[in-house]
Amino acid sequence: MTPPTMNTSGLNDVYLDNNATTMVDPAVVEEMLPFFTVQFGNPSSIHSFGNTVGRSLKKARQQVQALLGAEHDSEIVFTACGTEADSTAILSALKAQPERKEIITTVVEHPAVLSLCEYLEKDGYTVHWLKVDDKGRLDMDVYADLLEERGEHIAIVSVMWANNETGTIFPVEQMATMAAEADVMFHTDAVQAVGKVPMMLADSDIDMLSLSGHKLHAPKGVGVLYLRRGTRFRPLLRGGHQERGRRAGTENVASIVGLGRACELAMEKMEYENTVVKAMRDKLQEGILSAVPYCFPTGDVENRLPNTCNIAFEYIEGEAILMLLNKVGIAASSGSACTSGSLEPSHVMMAMGIPYTAAHGTIRFSLSCYNSMDEIERVIEAVPPIVAKLRKLSPYWSEDGPIEDPEKLFAPTYA
Amino acid sequence: MWDYSETVKEHFFNPRNARVMEEPDAIGDVGSIQCGDALRLTLKVDADTEVIQDAAFQTFGCGSAIASSSVLTEIIKGKTLDEALLVTNQDIANQLDGLPPEKMHCSVMGREALQAAVANYRGEVWRDDHEEGALICKCFAVDAVMIEDTIRANSLRTVEDVTNYTKAGGGCSACHEGIEEILTRVLAETGEAFNARASRQKLHAEKEKPKMPGKGLSNIERIKRIELVIEAVRPQLQRDRGDVTLVDVDGDTVFVNLVGACSGCQMASLTVSGIQQQMMEALGEFIRVVPVPAGKAASATVSLEVPA
Repeated sequence: MTPPTMNTSGLNDVYLDNNATTMVDPAVVEEMLPFFTVQFGNPSSIHSFGNTVGRSLKKARQQVQALLGAEHDSEIVFTACGTEADSTAILSALKAQPERKEIITTVVEHPAVLSLCEYLEKDGYTVHWLKVDDKGRLDMDVYADLLEERGEHIAIVSVMWANNETGTIFPVEQMATMAAEADVMFHTDAVQAVGKVPMMLADSDIDMLSLSGHKLHAPKGVGVLYLRRGTRFRPLLRGGHQERGRRAGTENVASIVGLGRACELAMEKMEYENTVVKAMRDKLQEGILSAVPYCFPTGDVENRLPNTCNIAFEYIEGEAILMLLNKVGIAASSGSACTSGSLEPSHVMMAMGIPYTAAHGTIRFSLSCYNSMDEIERVIEAVPPIVAKLRKLSPYWSEDGPIEDPEKLFAPTYA
Repeated sequence: MWDYSETVKEHFFNPRNARVMEEPDAIGDVGSIQCGDALRLTLKVDADTEVIQDAAFQTFGCGSAIASSSVLTEIIKGKTLDEALLVTNQDIANQLDGLPPEKMHCSVMGREALQAAVANYRGEVWRDDHEEGALICKCFAVDAVMIEDTIRANSLRTVEDVTNYTKAGGGCSACHEGIEEILTRVLAETGEAFNARASRQKLHAEKEKPKMPGKGLSNIERIKRIELVIEAVRPQLQRDRGDVTLVDVDGDTVFVNLVGACSGCQMASLTVSGIQQQMMEALGEFIRVVPVPAGKAASATVSLEVPA
């Protein structure tokens, strides 16, 4: 395919925050526009205004089906976002199997699953939290034991396909098969993986999967719950018969059509993503690591999304890095406490045991097919002086390295 | 990204006095790398006049932490140590044209570093009395520790109480769920269950206010009537080997001390709400009766001598 060459924003800025959200592809916008004006009908209507819209929904459903490698297009349920798909999946499993009151998930999930599970714990459900090692990897033996011991009580296993912060990929297909053998439902939050990792759900044991449109160049406000045929299901939203009664509410037609087109494009760009984008990501990481002392990549670098790299810069704070990057027109994100307004750095960094000296200074660079090698060169040039500037300000840093014993040299009078 | 003022950004991009000071007369270290922000403030002080001749800082932290440190050094230069100690975190925030609520702790850190540096200069030990918890109310920047402490110190029972005492929950109300969780947890420490309906009952009582007689009483008249109600219920409680005494009155809040058989028993709340109802009828205004342990009220409010 021809590599897209357009600059991300049309300005001179470098956008490396595609795990947060992506630009809507112009081809997607074009596909959507008629559905605001000419084809405004309600797909549930009998007349021709609605009828043609209904056919467009069917086409979009098939486009999503193709990207996921699902067996039937009816397994695609459109939702308003990835979070809704996650909530629907987990709550459905609990409702459909009231005798099962336990959940297996991981400590590094996205808040869409994490917060929901914490809430369910307060509500009396038991949540088994799978831990990760220093590279963010799961222990399959612990998981296997858990399935064997508690299997009949587990309503659902929910494990993300790829981590949004580090890009680390979990072996969800294997985990789904293990769950199926223990007769336990399996859901995966694949919001970051769809479009970057080839999928063939028909050949897998995955029962449910969540995806979000705006992570793959479709607009915000549309998501999908993949629901394998035969999976017991209870809807979250009840009302009209839309989505075969599995998700009531008039369809967000324009966005669904856009998502369909975006899935088709993602399919075409899958190889580009895994070769060219990956090469840019590798170049970026290599360039930064060789130019900046005291920094390291986090997560499982051998086994991660092709577009993501997360680098921890020791002894400086992430938000300050982002502000200085932003000043030179580079957009990225951070797992520091200060960027989220909480007191703890990212739960993903803490779960991997990244020391505080580094966890507050983690920066995630997430690329897309709209980035260019020139942009990457620019970032590689911009980062080292920013890090040096902030280290010069830091009480934990002396001339050309960290102070020997932070506990001793920087000693607040209270503990 | 945060909605930082132009002044915050300017101080962050061009921090003043960010350097290592050679042989400082005073050093103030606060924060830690665990918390994500740490500040070292160094001062040169004139030995005779105690005037701060130079101030420098090193900060590990976010944009607002660095900007707060920078502006602090500008504020205190030329001041005497005593004058500098009068600088509040609000002064620091004001000088920066405001900080987002989640970032107010950065200005607090600046003030603390200053206190620590002055203590260091004077050879005193500075103690940090500021424990920080997870931010609950984002509108008014109130954290969990603050809410917990206030609930305990004032025997608060409802979200509305917490809002009245700490401002938490008084804005967008998104944190009411969090406040209810804290109330449930703190009240459970004393074996009490959080009653989510208490606020509604109180609101209901408040609505009936205009119908009641005797508005606009003088303070003396109010306290007399409060005492009359207390005296009226005492014989009944004493029969059950209990007692109630008036401890304090603060606005519409009446602090009482329940003793003997009724304190801590499950009927205590019934007793309190009974007394509260009678007081509202006697005074014709909304009254909140709060039971406090003997001797605890002094810390809650300034004690009001009740004429015998």
